[in-house]
Amino acid sequence: MITKYDKENKILTLIITEEIDQHTADNIRRKLDNEIEIYNCKKVIFDFTNITFMDSSGIGMVLGRYKLVKMLGGEFELINVNRRLKKIFDMSGVSRIIKINNEGLIAKEENNEEAI
Amino acid sequence: MKKLYDNEMKLEFSSKTCNEAFARIAVAAFVSQLDPTIDELSDIKTAISEAVTNSIIHGYEEGEGTVKIEARIYLDTVQIEIIDNGKGIENVEMAMKPLYTSKPDLERSGMGFTIMESFMDEVKVESALGFGTRVIMKKKITPKEDIDEDNLLDEKQKEDIKNTLGA
Repeated sequence: MITKYDKENKILTLIITEEIDQHTADNIRRKLDNEIEIYNCKKVIFDFTNITFMDSSGIGMVLGRYKLVKMLGGEFELINVNRRLKKIFDMSGVSRIIKINNEGLIAKEENNEEAI
Repeated sequence: MKKLYDNEMKLEFSSKTCNEAFARIAVAAFVSQLDPTIDELSDIKTAISEAVTNSIIHGYEEGEGTVKIEARIYLDTVQIEIIDNGKGIENVEMAMKPLYTSKPDLERSGMGFTIMESFMDEVKVESALGFGTRVIMKKKITPKEDIDEDNLLDEKQKEDIKNTLGA
């Protein structure tokens, strides 16, 4: 897990590099809640580009962070959510509550198709 | 015709969340002999992760215990059982409802069984209060179109004949 903080715009970006299950979700939760509160950020972005696995523990983890950020008056966004993760987020209704921005991912896929 | 094999594996590990990755990867490795697609393998891994998490978080309530996994292959179908001797589920029907969770404080989403049901072909839950829970899941692995068992045998036979003739 890599966190990037843009001081000027107060944006915290979290790039998840591990598989998300109950075990790793606990660790991400602990670390992230701390950072969200320290930085008092305006916007938190979860980047799923590098994710290879997520089960339903990810749903609770994402929703929990969303609630915290909202409570602190910030914005929350998920980016680069692949087809499989989207299915899980759709099933649980997360995509109806949280903004999912897949522009980057779509551009990447189009490039791949052209390459083929 | 070539005889299609039956195969079986059994796995036992401590009820610790750090074993979840091990469990799903081990099952995926076993299933890979059926030549599943990446999607099929991900479906199975996700379902295993859900069931194992349930055993650890709910069955043993994060206490000591052993989770067992038994996987069997019949023809092109894999059947996986996740077994614990934990506290059992009081109301299976209720537990399987989407978004129902008995542990909202742990940020559990209540989607575990729903995900198992949508990613696997069949999910059955047997549970007895105070004795434990057994989740039985089945998934058929789609045979690859370009592989025809009979043709494959013919090719082999042809090769055998060629070799015999050549020798």
